[in-house]
Order: sequence, then structure tokens, then C-alpha cells
Amino acid sequence: MQLFIEQTINAIQLGVMLFLIASGLTLIFGIMNVINLAQGSLYMIGAFTAATAAAHGAPFIAALAFGAVCGCLASVVFEVVLVRRLYARDHLDHVLVTFGVILIVNEAVAMIWGRSPLFMATPPALAGSVNLLGVPYPAYRLVVIAIGLVVAGALYLTIGKTRLGMLIRAGATHRDLVEALGVNVSLLFTAVFAIGGFLAGIAGAAVGPILSVSVGMGEQVLITTFVVIVVGGLGSIRGAFIASLLVAAIDTFGRAYIPGLLEHLFSDTTAENLGSALSSIAIYVFMAAVLIWRPRGLFPIATR
Amino acid sequence: MKRLSLFIAAVACATLCSSPTFAAGPVKIGLVTTLSGPAGYTGEDVRDGFQLAVDEEGGKLGGVPVNVLVEDDGLKPAQGREIADRFLQQDKAQIITGPVFSNVMGAVVPDVEAAGAIYISPNAGSSAFAGANCNKNVFVVSFQNDSANIPAGEYANQHKYKNMVLLAPDYVAGHDMISGFKMRYSGQSQEILPKLGQSDYSAEIARIRSINPDAIFYFLPGGDGITFLKQYAASGLKIPLLATIFSLDERILSAVGSDASGMTLAGHYNIDFPNKTNLQFVKAFEAKYHRTPTLYAADAYDTAHLIGSALKAAGGDDTKLDAIRAALKKADFSSVRGSFAFGPNQYPIQTWYEMKVQPGPGGKDVIVTKNVLLKDFGDPFAKMCKM
Amino acid sequence: MRRANIALALTALALVALPIVATLSRQPFWISVATELVIDALAVTALDFIVGYGGMVSLGHAAFFAIGAYTVAFASTSGHNSAPLNWALAVFVSALFAAGVGAVSVRTSGVFFIMITLAFAQMVYFLIAGVKALGGDDGLSMTARDVMPGIDLANPVIYYFVVLAILAAFVLLSQRAIGARFGTVVRAAKQSERRAIALGFDVDRYRWLAFTLSGAVTGLAGALFADYQRIATPDMATWLQSGDLLVMLILGGAATLLGPVFGAIAFGVLRVALVGVTDHWMLVLGAILILVVLAGKRGLAGLIVGPDA
Repeated sequence: MQLFIEQTINAIQLGVMLFLIASGLTLIFGIMNVINLAQGSLYMIGAFTAATAAAHGAPFIAALAFGAVCGCLASVVFEVVLVRRLYARDHLDHVLVTFGVILIVNEAVAMIWGRSPLFMATPPALAGSVNLLGVPYPAYRLVVIAIGLVVAGALYLTIGKTRLGMLIRAGATHRDLVEALGVNVSLLFTAVFAIGGFLAGIAGAAVGPILSVSVGMGEQVLITTFVVIVVGGLGSIRGAFIASLLVAAIDTFGRAYIPGLLEHLFSDTTAENLGSALSSIAIYVFMAAVLIWRPRGLFPIATR
Repeated sequence: MKRLSLFIAAVACATLCSSPTFAAGPVKIGLVTTLSGPAGYTGEDVRDGFQLAVDEEGGKLGGVPVNVLVEDDGLKPAQGREIADRFLQQDKAQIITGPVFSNVMGAVVPDVEAAGAIYISPNAGSSAFAGANCNKNVFVVSFQNDSANIPAGEYANQHKYKNMVLLAPDYVAGHDMISGFKMRYSGQSQEILPKLGQSDYSAEIARIRSINPDAIFYFLPGGDGITFLKQYAASGLKIPLLATIFSLDERILSAVGSDASGMTLAGHYNIDFPNKTNLQFVKAFEAKYHRTPTLYAADAYDTAHLIGSALKAAGGDDTKLDAIRAALKKADFSSVRGSFAFGPNQYPIQTWYEMKVQPGPGGKDVIVTKNVLLKDFGDPFAKMCKM
Repeated sequence: MRRANIALALTALALVALPIVATLSRQPFWISVATELVIDALAVTALDFIVGYGGMVSLGHAAFFAIGAYTVAFASTSGHNSAPLNWALAVFVSALFAAGVGAVSVRTSGVFFIMITLAFAQMVYFLIAGVKALGGDDGLSMTARDVMPGIDLANPVIYYFVVLAILAAFVLLSQRAIGARFGTVVRAAKQSERRAIALGFDVDRYRWLAFTLSGAVTGLAGALFADYQRIATPDMATWLQSGDLLVMLILGGAATLLGPVFGAIAFGVLRVALVGVTDHWMLVLGAILILVVLAGKRGLAGLIVGPDA
């Protein structure tokens, strides 16, 4: 029971972090029809810049904000310099250009920070554990969940209740009309990238204390994030949220329970080997199953 | 038409405008190691440690001018093999070194053996060439992978651990490390095998919590080690951690802050070894590269000096392979580890120490060498080698 | 004579003459390098079929390459070392897998197609890397190349010509298919799916067939590579490898005859040239890739041969 509670909270924490990256990705795809493989790189930039700020003595919140802002800026530069030329192009070009960006950013980070992983401290006030339903749980992870939920809520309010959000949604489905109404759609798109970069940057900064801040950390999370937005439905923030939690749950519970389940059937080491392989592919099997049942994801947005 | 003729000219030039390599000149040493990706810092240290030795002698090793050819295997065995083939066939190098990872070593060694050249490993210590398949052309300067864990098993027995969790990633090296530990450890154990490159160990830590062992022995190199230590420290679990220095090298330590405090390590090298060669090495490395050397750099430095001693004995002629091999076997060089010798399978015989992670004079955690765990220890595969 | 024909003739001549030139220049290692480039060109030709002509971007083709490689390596290390049999088996297994993946994937399009192909490739990677019988992380290493009756495959020059012949055969076959009804339907579906359906074609079935063939030929390339390097490793199946194939395709020029060959050569040459210049060569490669894509999709083939590449 203890394991179950702990794993549930772990799944929520992973889900919330995935959501922060996935939401930017799904907005970018849903609204501008651009496949952005470089979203993971923005996450990495957020982590590295936040870690550097913290190493220079910045208080935790400031480091977090710094990471978010750097992610935001990098994303805007990326949009203005490169993505603008991709709107009229097909998906193959998006994949290739953003793949090139991944290569460039990975090397640039290695050039600036070297190849050694960076250290980021958990803020001392949050470093202990909290007693949650009888289970000691790292306090910092709860904070990460809180940060994620707050940001998610702010995003929901922005997209759903503000003028900017309305313009973004309108620009997705009726670009010409919005332009005809005198709105600068190109500035709008830059704004979406800025939001996406900010979110990915915060996610990277927030996980800095609990993961290894190293070159290539973006690619590790990128594929899972793509699975999330495909399952959730491209362009749907609500879909991204629910899919993030589902994918995180399958991954977390899979790794926690599949080896144990298999142990009842096979010998110890076979169970471990098989269990590890099976839990690795669990999220892909899940994605394939969802797509067979709902080819456009769980919560597809209305077509343009 | 003009573009086409330019193209033809380019192709023609590319094929014809390169000169064949001559046998004279500095001795070529092919160094293929992992320089990119998350594990790139290990290869960087191998390259830099090796190069330091060469630079200290002004471009020579053992008084013999050398040309070190460095390339990146990208942690891809096929790429490593291809680069090694190029070093052997095109550059006519007779000495190949560098691979950090055993899967790359496994791909490179057969080609080196087939070419009759010499392979000297600065790090990877696959058991594949330690026993029945030992070969007179293969020398390993660092350690044998599996048996590097026997000292840790010794420590566990000494401290009477009865029930342990053994944690390692689910790949060949991970399995080797666990089986090496179990060669000596005599208590009960349960294995937990996460994925390589996993970013969240909460599931594994939760399982450890429910098992509640006396201690945890783990092998998680590089970024995986960092992630695990951070998350383990945050979990509030106080079960003692035991590992080898591969799971906690200087770079990992600098990335985890105080999260590794109190950990016990078993290792063959530490920067605090008091012998003169080591003191000089650490000082020179820090001065040149502005960072603390890891065991990868130290073992590579030893590798370079070993090669130097052999080249000197062969009079600087790398075609005299028998002389070089004989000199290599003697291992007549000053090691940063103090004493060093090769076993009958040409893997090392060296002393293993218990080390502790504790706060240092500057406030930051350092790794401090404590007692000897196993003195002049080789590996159990040596007796199966019929060289 | 048309430029396209001149380019084709010269390229063919260069590829055939290379072993002679290499031996005369006392650089026999070039033959090995060229063998690998030709094998890559075969994989890229297969990929071009569905990406360049069919408009289906697959990020999962590395999986077929790996399946082909592992089939050969596994058969060989289990004691069966007949090259024709092993290669045929590799094609068969890859085709089977591609047919399965294709059946699920071709019903989707756009980013869903990319994701599904990627997901299947990831599954293959994790299964290959996880199964002990396949060598896990070490992969499967072959002690010797497979044998073919009457042809000494162990000879690098002979192996090069065998691989080159296979490439030539598939390039020709591919061009025939493109021009025939089958290829025309696939290309029409890329231009406008609705129109093709309206014309009465079962677009999904044509796409599925194209995908299966593409996967099978990629598997063959993997098989040839396994015999060339005598090794099959899990890193051959990662999506980053699929990315590399796409990069080669775009460098050379998608939907062109000589594009795959130029692309494979360009990528290989670039890599070797850049590695010597800087440790951070991947940054330069990324920049070049972006420039090539933004400049236009005809790549090197378009540059050298012109509009009718």
C-alpha cells in the first residue's frame, strides 16, 4: 500500500513535468502545424541556466525564473530566425531543421558548460521529507508538483480566459480571418513560442535538483513528450494534461510493478530482464492502442 | 556543364590527392574513445590524461616521439571498430588504445588481434579477454570489470551485511558488476535492474524501502549515478550505500553536492594517494586542465607511461612487436597507483582500498582513502588463461 | 546529352573505378569506406521511396536496418553462414515487421505517422537491447563474414562490387516502380490524397505496399552492413540513426535518382572532414543541415544535375 501511494505521487510529479513541456509542444503543433523536435533543447537550456544561476548564489525562485526566461528567450530567437521560414513548409522540413537545432544546441551547451554534468542544489528549506499518509515523501517533489499545477492553471486561464488566449485559439483555426481583423498573427505565433519556451524552461529548472543536468537530457524526455501529445490530441491543452498523467502513470507503475508481477511467473533474473524491457515499451504499446481506438488522440481539437 | 566539371575535378582530386603514409617518423598511437554524448566526459579524461603524459615529455613517450591520433567512437561499437580499422590500415598504427566502454572494446579487439597489432585498454576491462580467450596482444591497464566489485563484496562481508539490494542498469556491464560483487559477498541479495539512462528512480527507491536491506550496493555510472544519488538523498532513506568509484568519480561528486555524504566506495585509485608520481600527476593535471582528474584520466596517464616504457625498450621502433610486448608485460613504469603489475592474463594485479565520502577542508565533500580491502589482487579469470 | 545522364554515367564510373584508384594510390582502406557509403545509399534509396516520393516521413526506419543486421548476425553466430540465405532471411523478417508496422501506420498521416513509426522503432530498440540472446548492449559480433558459393566475400574489393551491384539493381528497380502505376499512385497520394481516393485508388493499400517494400530493402541494407562490419548493435535502431538517414536523404536531394548516393557520400565525407577540424563538429553539421533544408529540397542532386535530377 505504501508503495502504491508513493508511486501515485511519483506518477503525478512526472506527469506534471511532462505536461509543462508537452503543453508548449502541443500548442505549437496545434496552432502552427510545426513539429518542434527542439522543445527538449529548451528544457535543457532552462536546466543549465537555472543551475548556473543557483551556483552563483541566486535564491531558488530567482534561479527558477532565470531558467524560465532563458528558455523563453531562446525559443523566441529560434522562432524568429528559423521557424518563420518553416510555416509554409512540410513536416519533413520541420523534422530536419529542428533536428539540426538539437545538434547545434547540444554542442553549444557542451562548448559553454563543458561535458560534465552540472550540480544544482535542492533548496535547503525544501530538502527534507514530508509524512504523507504514513509515507515519507521528498518535500521538494511535492513542491515540483505544486509549481507544475500553478503553471498549468495559469496556462489554462491565459488560453481560455484572456484576449491573448482567444487570439491564439482563433489564429489556430482561422488565421486569415484574424489577420483580416487587423491582428498581427506573426507576432501572435512568436508569443506562442515564447510561452512554450517559458514552460519548458521552468520544467528544466524545476527538475534540476532531482535529475542529472547534462547534455542530451532533452532527448531523453522528448520522445515521451511526443507520445503524450499524440495520445492527448494535437493542439489540445486539456488532452496534454490528461495524457501526461496517463503516460506518467503507465511508465511509473509499469516500472514498479511489472518486474514484480513477472517474478511470480518466471525466475528472478528473467523476470527482471523481461520486466525492464516490457516496462520500457509500455508507453509505446499504450500509444499504439490509443491510436487504433482514437486515431486522432483522446481530445482532438476541431479541424480547421 | 561547368558545375559538373567542377564536381568531377573535386572527386578526382579527393581520390588522388592524398599521399601514402610512410613507416618512418613518430610512432603512431590510435586513441579511439567516447568523446560525445552524456558519457563524453570519461573519454575526455582518457584523452587528456594520456595527452598530459605526452606533453610532459614534449611530444614523446619514453623518449620516443609519438603522434597520438584521437577520434570519437560516439559509444557505438561499429563506429569504434571502423575508426580502429582506419588507424590500423591507413595510418599503420601498431598500438590501439582508448575505449572506455566494454561494448566498444569488444568490437575493436578482434580487429586489432587479427591485424597482429597491440591493444592497450585504459579503462574497459571486459572479462571476454581475461580468461580462456586471453591474447598476448591485449593489455588492460585499469582493472577487470567484474572483479573490480570483489573488494566491495569483501567490505560487505567484513561489515556482516546479511541482506542486501544490488542495483545496476539492465545491460551487460551492469550484470557483470553484480555478478562480480556476488563472487565475494556471502549474504542474501535481491537484484533491482533499472533501465540505462533512466531519469526517475523513485520506483526503485520505493522497492528498496519495502525490502529494507542492511545495505545497498549499486553500480550507476555517469549521469545515472548523479540522478540516483540526488533522489536517494531526498527520499529520507538511511540505508548505507556501497559502490565502486565508477559510480562516484570526481565529476559525479561535484554534481551531487553533499548527497553522497557517508557513502563507502571501493576503488583502485584516488587523488589523495601519497606517492610522488600521483602528487605530481594531480598537480600537473589541475594546472593544465583546471579540473580534478578522475580515475579515467589517471589510468590513461598510466597507460601512456606504460607505452612509453615499452617503446623505450624497443628502441622506438613500433614494428618490433615482440620486444614491445615483452616490455609491456614487465610494466616497468611509475604508476600513480603506487604498485602495478600484470597478471598472467595481462590484466592488472593491484591493491584495492576502502574509501569514504566525507566533508573536506573546504567544506565540500571529498573522497578519502581509508583502509586496504584487498592487497595485490588480480582477477579470478586469470587462472583460465593459458598464455 | 542531358546533364542527368552525364551525371549518372560519371557517378557510376567513379563508383566502379574507385577500387582501382584506391589500390593504385595505396589507400585500400578507401574501399571499406566506400562499401559503407554504398550500403548507406541503399538504405537512403529505400527511405526516399516513401519519404521523397510518398511524402510519408518515417522516423523509424533505423529499426528495419537493425532488424536486418541482427537477423544476419544471429543466423551467422548460430552457425548458419550462407550469405544469400541470411540476406534473404533478413529481407523477409524486415518485410514482415514493416508490413505489421505499416498496417497500423499508413492509416494515419502527418505527425501521427511520424510518431507511430518512431514508437515502433523505440520498441525494437528496447527489445533488442534488453534480450540477452541478442547480446544486449554488446550486440552480436561475427567472427567472419558469411560466404557465398563461388564468390569470395571476404575480399573487400569483391564485397564492394557485390554491394554496389545490389545498390544499382535497387536504384533501377525503384526508378521503374516510380514511373509505373504503383509509383505514380504513391506520388499522386503525396500531392493530394483526396484526389487519389476520388480517382478510385485504394491509397492506404498502395502506401502499405510501399512502406513494406521500403522496410524490406532497408533491412537488406542492414544485412549487408552486418556482414561488412561483422557486428550488429542496439544503437543501430535508435531514432537518432533514423534521423541520420533523413539527413543523408535531404543532403543528397529527396525524390531524385542520384540523391541517395550523393547524400550518403556527402554525409560520410562531411563527418570525416569535420571531425578533423573541431571536436564540436556536430554543431557545424547541424548548421549545414539547416542551411541545406532552407535552401531547397533538391540537395546536391539538384545542384549538380539541375531540375531533372
